[in-house]
Amino acid sequence: MAGAPQIPAYRIERSTRASRLALVGFAIAVALLSSLPFWGGEDDLGSIVEICYVLALAQCWNLLAGYAGLVSVGQQAFVGIGGYALFAFTILVGLPPIPAVVLSGVVAAILAFPTALVVFRLRGAYFAIGTWVVAEVFRGVMGQIPALGAGTGMSLPVAISRAVAESRVGREIVLYYTGLAIAIGTILMVFFWLRSRQGLALTAIRDSETAAGSVGVNGDRTKLAVYLIVALATGMIGALIYLEKLRISPDAAFDIIDWTADIIFIVVIGGIGSIEGPFLGALVFFGLRSLLADYGAWYMILLGAVAVIVMLRAPRGLWGLVSDRFEIQFFPVRRRVRLQ
Amino acid sequence: MDWINAIVQGALIGGLYALFAAGLSLMFGVMRLVNIAHGDLIVLAAYLALVVVDSLGLSPFVSLVVVVPAMFALGYVLQRGLLNFTLGGDILPPLLVTFGLSIIIQNALLEGFSADDQKLQAPGFETASIRITDQLAIGWFPAAVFLAAVVVIALLELLLYRTALGRAFRATSDDPDIARLYGVRNRHVFALATAISLAVISIAAIFLAVRTTFDPASGPARLIYAFEAVIIGGLGSLWGTLAGGVVLGIAQAIGAQLNPGWETLAGHVAFLIVLIVRPRGLFPKLAD
Amino acid sequence: MTLLATQGLTAFYGDFQALFGVDFAVGQGETVAVIGANGAGKSTLLRTISGLLPAPSEHVRYRGRAIGALPPADIVTLGIALVPEGRRLFPSLSVEENLLMGQQCGRKGPWHLDRVYRLFPMLRDRRRAAATSLSGGQQQMAAIGRALMTNPELLLCDEISLGLAPVIIRDVYAALPGIRGEGTTLVVVEQDINRALGVADRVYCLQEGRVTLEGRPADLTREQIKLAYFGI
Repeated sequence: MAGAPQIPAYRIERSTRASRLALVGFAIAVALLSSLPFWGGEDDLGSIVEICYVLALAQCWNLLAGYAGLVSVGQQAFVGIGGYALFAFTILVGLPPIPAVVLSGVVAAILAFPTALVVFRLRGAYFAIGTWVVAEVFRGVMGQIPALGAGTGMSLPVAISRAVAESRVGREIVLYYTGLAIAIGTILMVFFWLRSRQGLALTAIRDSETAAGSVGVNGDRTKLAVYLIVALATGMIGALIYLEKLRISPDAAFDIIDWTADIIFIVVIGGIGSIEGPFLGALVFFGLRSLLADYGAWYMILLGAVAVIVMLRAPRGLWGLVSDRFEIQFFPVRRRVRLQ
Repeated sequence: MDWINAIVQGALIGGLYALFAAGLSLMFGVMRLVNIAHGDLIVLAAYLALVVVDSLGLSPFVSLVVVVPAMFALGYVLQRGLLNFTLGGDILPPLLVTFGLSIIIQNALLEGFSADDQKLQAPGFETASIRITDQLAIGWFPAAVFLAAVVVIALLELLLYRTALGRAFRATSDDPDIARLYGVRNRHVFALATAISLAVISIAAIFLAVRTTFDPASGPARLIYAFEAVIIGGLGSLWGTLAGGVVLGIAQAIGAQLNPGWETLAGHVAFLIVLIVRPRGLFPKLAD
Repeated sequence: MTLLATQGLTAFYGDFQALFGVDFAVGQGETVAVIGANGAGKSTLLRTISGLLPAPSEHVRYRGRAIGALPPADIVTLGIALVPEGRRLFPSLSVEENLLMGQQCGRKGPWHLDRVYRLFPMLRDRRRAAATSLSGGQQQMAAIGRALMTNPELLLCDEISLGLAPVIIRDVYAALPGIRGEGTTLVVVEQDINRALGVADRVYCLQEGRVTLEGRPADLTREQIKLAYFGI
């Protein structure tokens, strides 16, 4: 036989024209948002913070459910834990608020470990309900702690909110930047995770756990890692939310509608399994909310109906429709081999 | 002794949880579908009973004559018209669609009936009790609900193991493709399973509505109790689900004796303990 | 009279094409064997005919009627029953319950429980046992019995000798004449060429999704079969 076949020269490509454009767009958006305190109103700051943490929670849930296949309806557990940890650290331990936010995330991640050991024994929809039960347990337990307000909850002492910043405007600005930082941090975390080998492992597991296992991917360990890191981010978000709200109670902190149902709808409508999806979903969500703010229950009925229809007709959401039609990807997580 | 009374009552109330759970168990067994809206459908049946009682002046238990067939029909249409389209391999669509359905039902009930607490009255029945010994008295209500649970589960077992439909259910649960090969029309069989499930739910709903107040948001808690009873008892066995309900009821009773605020929490803790120590439940049957 | 005919039949598993224009016909009362190596498309052919795999409607005709796109439940009601590859008995059902599943389609005919038990006496002894607790040979008989309970006009047997010892295979095949005697048309998919040739009126050979040979066993030479089977 003749000599060994020639392997043609090749290059692994990550970015596309769309993604390079998106990078520029993203940088501009970050710059604009960073400067908002200087030219925007107080209401704007508050709205952006809310969008930030909703978006961050959505990216987290998308990573869990859309990539790791862990459909949790119990993430409110970590929002609540983060909130209560913040109150505990600032009131009972006397830590400064912003570091306490970070530490609260860590507490959530630590508590996520035994949680995972228990709920990972369940599969599919039973896993989902199991996570819900765990959230209920945390809610029940928190409601029994007098030092943290027990069943009726408690307010954050003025001294602590003063510790964030002396003036109210100053507080708004500090919380704004913290929220922005957490949101951008979460989005970047999701993006870089999916780009990494861990992310490749995750996509392989999503496609076929058995096949992935046969090439040495440890499904359980990867899923655990995702679960813990999402708990970390979710805990920090919870801490920030309650630092801003200044009042916490078990029913509010562990509320399934605010911290899970709304988030699920955002991800499902926007597009599960893509980083771009939650952005689109958040757009739809906040748009619908501002339009239908006065209609209470009808708003939720519509949201639920839209989610059901999207799941049946366009399982990969609005972004799925767009990217199928135009083949674009703003967040370059895939690799392509380009021959030269 | 207060404790003995409490535990016996708790065990009997477990029958209510078993009734909640039987429908969930059947649907999962036949088509591997977990209906997140299950609890909300129980509440829907309770509101339906409320309407029937108010407009026709029937007593709650007589209203079953209307409510059970109505819920049966609703279950058939729901499965055939919506849920059948979510089945097919991926776990996300059934989960998310039934989750959306849950939110829709809760809010529709809110719009239709307001958030006020509701209750069905069965005067005398709710508090009457039989005195067994000096220490032990059994309430009529817990005894009746436990008896109802036993009868319903016995009937379901009869259906599953002695009828052609039951064979079709079990065959479809084993191997849906080969079941189709032997004449089982899946769309219809699945719809029947859901219809039966909702009929059972409506019986549970009447007992629920008589026992305690309910409102549009009461659904999720019932789902969780149903789910806990199924997991504690073990997947695939209806009698196991009854046992699971009893264990849950006893755990809650013990919790309530220790501290009234601990009732639900005690149930959750019992569930978690079973999950950790015997993940397949106490009497598992499904080779899944 | 032609009972079943396929014309230019194609079949896909997702993007993967398994059959490339297969022309196949079975006459009433005939026994036709389909042979071929692993992956040749034999099982795919039967799965398509029985409706487990979708096909264009006119590609499969039964008594002249286009049935390619019908669901399996409709096809068994028309009188075509499949004994699936690997038996595929229902594990949660007893032997007798598995047989009774054959009655779900509601077809009338000579086959009922007693008749099946007379054909396979050892099943009567194990009738209440869990179907999967039987030996391989007994399971195969139960699977055939289950298909017979549908009172088929056309019985499709997918590799009924698979995984069985030669002595057991002989026992299983001993049942076929009784089935043919009822006038049932048989299609037998086999990897065991000798068995196939011994039982068939006509034989087809498939290779990589195409028909490479067709004829009466007596008219075909070893060389022809080897060429059609292996393609070399």
